[in-house]
Amino acid sequence: MIEILIQGLLLGGLYCLFALGLSLMFGVMRLTNIAQGDFIVLAAFTAIAAASLFASHPVLAVGALFPVAFGFGYALQRYVLNGTLGKDPLPSLVVTFGLSIVIQNALLETFSADPRSLESGGLNTQSLQLAEGLSIGTLPLLIFAAAVACTFALQTLFQHTALGRAFRAVSDDKEIAELMGLDSRKVYALATGIAFLVIALAGVFQGMRTTVAPSDGPLLLLFAFQAVIIGGMGSFWGTFIGAMALGLTQQIGFRIDPGWGIWFGHLMFLGVLVVRPQGLFPKTRG
Amino acid sequence: MGVESRDARGATMSLVSTTSLTAFYGDAQALFGIDFRLEEGELIAVIGANGAGKSTFLKALTGLVKVSRESIQFDGEPVGGLPPGQIVKRGLAMVPEGRRLFPSLSVEENLLMGAFAGRLGPWTLPRLYKMFPILEQKKRLPATSLSGGQQQMVAIGRALMSNPKVLLCDELSLGLAPIIIKEIYDAMPAITAEGMSVVIVEQDVTVAQRVSRRVYCFQEGRVSLEGASDALTREQISQAYFGMIEQESHS
Amino acid sequence: MMAVQVVRSTASSRSALIASGVLVSVAASMPFWAESSWMREFVEIACYFIFAMMWNLLAGYGGMVSIGQQAFFGFGGYAMLILGNFAGVNPFVAIPLAAVATALVAVPISKVAFRLQGGYFAIGTWVIAEVMRLSFANFSAVGGGSGTSLTALRGFDKATRESATFWTALVCVVASVALVYLFLRSKQGLALLAIRDNEVAAESQGIDVQRVKLAVYVVAALGAGLAGALYFLGNLRISPDAAFSVNWTAFAIFMVVIGGIGRIEGPIVGALIFWALNKFFSDYGTWYLLGLGLLAIVVTIFFKQGLWGWAEQRWGWSLFPTQRWMVEKV
Repeated sequence: MIEILIQGLLLGGLYCLFALGLSLMFGVMRLTNIAQGDFIVLAAFTAIAAASLFASHPVLAVGALFPVAFGFGYALQRYVLNGTLGKDPLPSLVVTFGLSIVIQNALLETFSADPRSLESGGLNTQSLQLAEGLSIGTLPLLIFAAAVACTFALQTLFQHTALGRAFRAVSDDKEIAELMGLDSRKVYALATGIAFLVIALAGVFQGMRTTVAPSDGPLLLLFAFQAVIIGGMGSFWGTFIGAMALGLTQQIGFRIDPGWGIWFGHLMFLGVLVVRPQGLFPKTRG
Repeated sequence: MGVESRDARGATMSLVSTTSLTAFYGDAQALFGIDFRLEEGELIAVIGANGAGKSTFLKALTGLVKVSRESIQFDGEPVGGLPPGQIVKRGLAMVPEGRRLFPSLSVEENLLMGAFAGRLGPWTLPRLYKMFPILEQKKRLPATSLSGGQQQMVAIGRALMSNPKVLLCDELSLGLAPIIIKEIYDAMPAITAEGMSVVIVEQDVTVAQRVSRRVYCFQEGRVSLEGASDALTREQISQAYFGMIEQESHS
Repeated sequence: MMAVQVVRSTASSRSALIASGVLVSVAASMPFWAESSWMREFVEIACYFIFAMMWNLLAGYGGMVSIGQQAFFGFGGYAMLILGNFAGVNPFVAIPLAAVATALVAVPISKVAFRLQGGYFAIGTWVIAEVMRLSFANFSAVGGGSGTSLTALRGFDKATRESATFWTALVCVVASVALVYLFLRSKQGLALLAIRDNEVAAESQGIDVQRVKLAVYVVAALGAGLAGALYFLGNLRISPDAAFSVNWTAFAIFMVVIGGIGRIEGPIVGALIFWALNKFFSDYGTWYLLGLGLLAIVVTIFFKQGLWGWAEQRWGWSLFPTQRWMVEKV
């Protein structure tokens, strides 16, 4: 019983990392990134390639991924996605959907369909002894800690910094924010750059914890999306809780029957939609 | 401060002036050639019925509506059509119609957003709190949870935080009780005391005439009347407001 | 005040109608002279086209972008198969029945889907499609995860079956185009355009926005179910992964975006371009798909109205007028 709870929460930590970027981009600019999962997979494959290319300094190579991810996200938003924003949701959906297809096929061409994983130096097999007969994996625990840290960092950024103020202002009322001197194009690009930092982290962890294949992206998107909706679209802690709930539900499903984990998660998500569509922790807007 | 700008011919230049300003709101033409001037230190009013083009005029001045570059001069420079961010950096700020405070930000955060452009000057948070003490009391509350009049104070404060040379106020009295309107306009002298120039757009003609030195009346996108506030008669204003006869009266 | 009359069609659209009539008649004669591979291809393109048309109706006109319409495509396919294999219904007759069944199932599904809006609605519909896929994969009577074959057509000989399938496809294409065209010209259709332009204003005119949206959703589901039933009739075999694959929506999005969203001609132009690209490049597998994705991105950013929409603006073409013009009465 306790074991399911812990496994569920640890899984939730991973889902939280999947979901934070989605939540951030939607929160600041109402953009739904259909390629979220694919970018996570891309990050994982880039980390794997970097680690094998620079086999003597794999940690440094993977570390270099993060500033690259930020720059990539910034440029993507500034030069591609900014042009799709507006009243009509269709252009951003088509472009991010197109990106999803491009990424999956580009990865297939470059790496073939075989699943790969990232060498974690044994981290994925280590475990901590918590109590009599109860031990948890070191890597899942690390992922969970990272999820808490990222959620906390994002929440603090939004609530207590000038940049966070700018994010909230531009998402409230872009026209008036520009009247104050804010350049929305750059603010949006910064938001996506930050989202891609979390995406990179999620990709690295996913690659370490399990194997990744080029077509994994869509399923990761669905998990991220479900976490955001279950938690409520107002806050990052809401997304965190939503991810926990999803992880827990899936874990319970896995225990009952190995084929039912994801199915249970879907059902729970639909249930939340029907019963409490605003999610567990919706933010009330003035 | 107090120095008159002179152009190449030595004639005095207004702080803000528009020449044959035309503007479109979407596909519809909203302004049909507005000539307008604001001198330093003046408080002038723009009145007119709904749809007369007053708000579009202010939006053109602040860069929210695109117009030709030469049609608006600010502080000697052509600024028509520049991005709003650049115009606020030059010292022109607006209190928008309907307040339009940021709901996700607290009172103090809204005020701080006003300082985003980074202009230095006399207007700071402590000074604003001195002028509107109630805001300091409520500074951590979500801005939109305040009453209408208090929200208007936040909106004015937010614009002042950018230390502008020119303050534009779009329909300050909209939706407010007369006693609150009086309270708001009673703060005007403190705002203009150090020479800030103000343009107020008002539907309430009495208030507009009382607080301003000069009045422009807009009617269907054109200036139908212009003159000193204390020299214009009720009848002149009515006719210009509703467009029965076009008049020009200079004092 | 000049006297005006409301006019619906122009000379160019009237001639296009006549040309289409001729084309359809020629096509109908194909089983007598064309190779059977051509007919099979036509059936396949017909399915892609009908599905794209319905996606266009939902997204371009209804303003609801869905990445989950494959839920109804697959449901239609399975419904046809179940009616044919287990209820002894003639599969050709089962097709319209399956379409109706799909429309019916869309009603309760809409209750869930409509809880979301915009981008989250899009992903939500995908989740629903995934739930459908997993459900049918656990349904052992229809072969579970590996699927099953359509046995009900075993009694027919190959030539008859192929001709009948072809004609059915032709009928389905004409019917779908007519359905969408008539729907958009009807009162509901105009209401839809009003909502698309300005939802608040439409509501203030007394239009029940929720009901119109539901109507569009159901019609789009009906069409998707029709396309699915037709496809698996031609394919003779169904499986959850094929029936509920997101590729269906990917291709529909491609066709509609290239051709021009929110226009009836859009899916037609898009389907033709897609078929041509398919013919020449599908052997290139991943590069082909990558190219499609890039093309869709480029067109969305630079040709917002699609290629047909761009041509329409440039040269004033219009094949399927749904607007009404006010012209001076002579």
